[in-house]
Amino acid sequence: MTRLQPHEHQWIDRSRPIEFRFEGQSYQGFAGDVVTSALWAGGVRMVGRSFKYHRPRGTYSLAGDDVNAMFEDGERTNLRGNTLQLSAGLDLRSVNTVGGLKRDLLRFTQLASSMMPVGFYYKAFHTPRSLFPFYEGQMRKVAGLGRINPNQMAQATPKDYAFHDLLVVGAGPSGLSAALAAADEGVGVVLVEQHPHLGGSLAWQRRNDPEAVASLNTLVKSVTAHANIEVRCATQVAGCYADHWYALVDEHRLTKLRTKSLIVATGCYEQPAVFQNNDLPGVMLASAAQRLSHLYAVQPFKKCVVLAGNRDAYRAALDLQQVGVEIAAIVDLRVDGETTALGAQAENAGMEIYRNHAVYEAIAGSGNTTVQGVKICPLGDHGQLDPHSAKRLDCDGVAVSVGWMPVAGPLYQAGGRFTYADHVHQLVPTELPPTLFAAGRVQGVFHLSDRFADGRRAGLTAAVELGCSDQVVRKPIVHAGASPSHPYPIFAHKKKKNFVEFDEDLHLIDFANAHQEGYDNVELLKRYTTVGMGPSQGKLANMNAVRILARLNGKSINETGTTTSRPFHHPVPLAHLAGRRFHPTRHTPMHSWHVKAGAKLVYAGPWLRPEYYPISGKTREELILEEAQHVRDCVGLIDLGTLGKIEISGPDSTAFIDRIYTDQFASQKAGTIRYALACDETGTIIDDGIVARLDENRFYVTATTGGAAAFFRELQRWALIWQMKVELVNLTGQFTAMNITGTKTHEVLTSLTDIDLSNEAFGFGNVREGLIAGVPAKLIRVGFVGELGYEIHLPAAYGLSLWTKLLEVGKLTGIRPFGIEAQRLLRLEKGHLIVSIDTDALTNPFEANLKWVVKSKKEFFVGQRSLAILRQKQLTRKLIGFELPSEYNGPLPEECHLIVEKGEIVGRVTSVAHRSTVGKTIGLAFVRLDMTDPGTSLTIRVDQGKLVPAIVTALPFYDPGNQRQK
Amino acid sequence: MKILTCPINGPLPLQEFHYGGEVRVMPDPHTVSDSEWADYLFHRNGEPGIKREWWHHIASGTWFIAERNNVTDEILRTYLYDGTTAS
Repeated sequence: MTRLQPHEHQWIDRSRPIEFRFEGQSYQGFAGDVVTSALWAGGVRMVGRSFKYHRPRGTYSLAGDDVNAMFEDGERTNLRGNTLQLSAGLDLRSVNTVGGLKRDLLRFTQLASSMMPVGFYYKAFHTPRSLFPFYEGQMRKVAGLGRINPNQMAQATPKDYAFHDLLVVGAGPSGLSAALAAADEGVGVVLVEQHPHLGGSLAWQRRNDPEAVASLNTLVKSVTAHANIEVRCATQVAGCYADHWYALVDEHRLTKLRTKSLIVATGCYEQPAVFQNNDLPGVMLASAAQRLSHLYAVQPFKKCVVLAGNRDAYRAALDLQQVGVEIAAIVDLRVDGETTALGAQAENAGMEIYRNHAVYEAIAGSGNTTVQGVKICPLGDHGQLDPHSAKRLDCDGVAVSVGWMPVAGPLYQAGGRFTYADHVHQLVPTELPPTLFAAGRVQGVFHLSDRFADGRRAGLTAAVELGCSDQVVRKPIVHAGASPSHPYPIFAHKKKKNFVEFDEDLHLIDFANAHQEGYDNVELLKRYTTVGMGPSQGKLANMNAVRILARLNGKSINETGTTTSRPFHHPVPLAHLAGRRFHPTRHTPMHSWHVKAGAKLVYAGPWLRPEYYPISGKTREELILEEAQHVRDCVGLIDLGTLGKIEISGPDSTAFIDRIYTDQFASQKAGTIRYALACDETGTIIDDGIVARLDENRFYVTATTGGAAAFFRELQRWALIWQMKVELVNLTGQFTAMNITGTKTHEVLTSLTDIDLSNEAFGFGNVREGLIAGVPAKLIRVGFVGELGYEIHLPAAYGLSLWTKLLEVGKLTGIRPFGIEAQRLLRLEKGHLIVSIDTDALTNPFEANLKWVVKSKKEFFVGQRSLAILRQKQLTRKLIGFELPSEYNGPLPEECHLIVEKGEIVGRVTSVAHRSTVGKTIGLAFVRLDMTDPGTSLTIRVDQGKLVPAIVTALPFYDPGNQRQK
Repeated sequence: MKILTCPINGPLPLQEFHYGGEVRVMPDPHTVSDSEWADYLFHRNGEPGIKREWWHHIASGTWFIAERNNVTDEILRTYLYDGTTAS
């Protein structure tokens, strides 16, 4: 392993060598290395294989903008080698190989590349249809990158929150200047840099320019010392969301950042040139070569050709020469070459310069894993190549510097729009909403002094807009001089290994073919060719793709259009995105008792409720039936703490309740209760419960467990719209409830209260307030399960003590708690429907046998107008009871099983109980209107298509005269 | 995440709110025709522009109205049903 001479600004720490493994081999690097730099230093040229053709690939951007180096370590997959910091014990493999990187069995795929034209997948794999399962199986083996370890334990990563006035993205010369200018005016700034160190392109591009180095040092010093600036390095702004909400991602966590303003100083991605074999290991961006040598002290090549389209190429050539690389030639695409002092400097340094020439082809070494040389050609009048006059130059590397594309993601995502500017041959932001600013190269400002000034301008403007400064703001700077980007660094070749898109292995000819097939719109072209849809999201491909399409269409780039850039900027580990599985659970006051009693708990909405109370040696079904039977024969107690409990009072409360529910309440006497049904404006049932009138203008109403929150919300809105004088209090949490029911209820309750429980004083359908076991409570005599019984509503704090008191006092009587399954069974036996189980999003009261509770002649209620229309129409279905014949002994129906007749669906089971206290399998079902008469035979189709006979039965199944509850 | 300004409680993140649909005025149910009533119930105007929307601040139970440009997703103003703001 050889490294260049130490240098104060290198990112590696030579005092801390680190051992790691790659593809089974041991290597050594230093702390501060990324994996790719350490591998390149260790002589590894092939760091990965391409997605489709499994072509050998090497270091290309060294900035995380390409995905040639994608690794996995058995736990994590798709680690990007360009940004993955070296750490002890790393044991990496390349992601996209079968049998290892060198021998990859899929490397022969490229031999068949001519049979895989663009759109191949769309064309080849849909006929014949019968073969699709086979195709799918084969495709799954080769599709996707990396393997996941299904045995991996779920990892919870921390989530963090941060709040600042201003986010500055990118800590290059313009970002640093912007952060400093704003912070100096008193703005609270967070400066986010994706690399581990500050400096941006100055960290590697101007290392031999003492003035630039000095400026950078001063800036970095001021920024890190500034009290108003928080610096976050090695952090990407993964996404920009509404109202200045940002997702910051670092190795350990996701930070949700909120600011008031944004400055984007993200700079540019250096862009590839398209020529034959432009993907060979050894062909790389000039910026990558500079990063290798300046940041990691690794010599990128021995002898290289620099392909130039701008001034930056000359600076790179001089830098490379300075670290001992022999410059075989500078091949300049421009007719006049570099006309500034840098051009002369290169010539004086002995470099051979071919102006108006292009690299036509890189010559591959054995196995396509190295570069042996290049063929260069002069360019014709229209930029075309003449291969006959090709000249060969020997080299082991090609450094490409032909142009730049703005890192536009944050600007696009924050609402900015771009247009193509011919003076810089790049996209520049044109429309930026207020509180969004761009600075530096991302908006086409390239000269170093301009970038400092442009950053200061943006920082100051943001400070003024935030009200922190009243300084006069300058206008944005416009680039002067030669364009930093070449308009068309793309060259055809008779063979087709000139890649436009490295992620997806797309060649130049693929674009011509797609265009010929009619995909002449940028968005269609993108989807058909899949350009920009790989893991690097087109960072190195989209601009060239648009240039190609524009030329094919004979239009300008602005007429052609560009694609937008969506989150995430770089891939984000799913662990960072996964939530913490925070599911709030509500407990009733009696919860601890249920837990102690060993109750089987189930969720009912957010609530945990006892399903039944297990007894060893007995099955669930047995216990549910036993609990229900006990209520019928003796007395039971159930926790109803989850019911929605709402108090409605005020002078307009009666009128309000009359408008909410379908029934009429004006005549309701104080001290009584009524069943209450609520519909929405379309006449669909949304909730039911009881309305207890406590006195003239005070009501206590219940709502279903699941629907209470939404129902209360709607009550609040109607009260507002109708401008009625009512007070609504949601007591669901403050109060709790339980129901004591069964023939022997009075044996338990009488001794605990002074309330006269006699039928004469407190009949069915009444409500009383008083003390029960010394606790202030409402006692409501309801049908509920069809036995004598009371709902007891009381402040939640007393819930547990009353519950235990009732069980204690009732011990001799034989009181027993029951769960919601027994409750469902008992209520089903009485033919009671459950809103949202037996009803759906279209059920109206008429088809649910609730016509008796719809008072059409009232002045108004929600849903009245719709029900008036529905009443005129023929119903299509009705809820009925059914039972299975007593001799039936086969598979049993479940909820949602269909009722069929002659192969047609004529209904659906909504509730079913396999065993009941009436000794049969019973249920509720919606059926066609001509099948509702008791005695009608039904056929229920159960699992595996088996048909089960059933008979329509009059409701209720139990105690039709309702004698027992009275 | 968007920030919505509750007229009572001030600017808060969107997850504290429940969307209540576009503000639509119920026609007089006693005089309206069946088809006009059906139009009120089932037809929504998807036209781009400024919408008046119901929003509910869950924690405080405050219903209010937001005027939102559904092209730019910009909230222009929020106010209580009677047109006032408390703050």
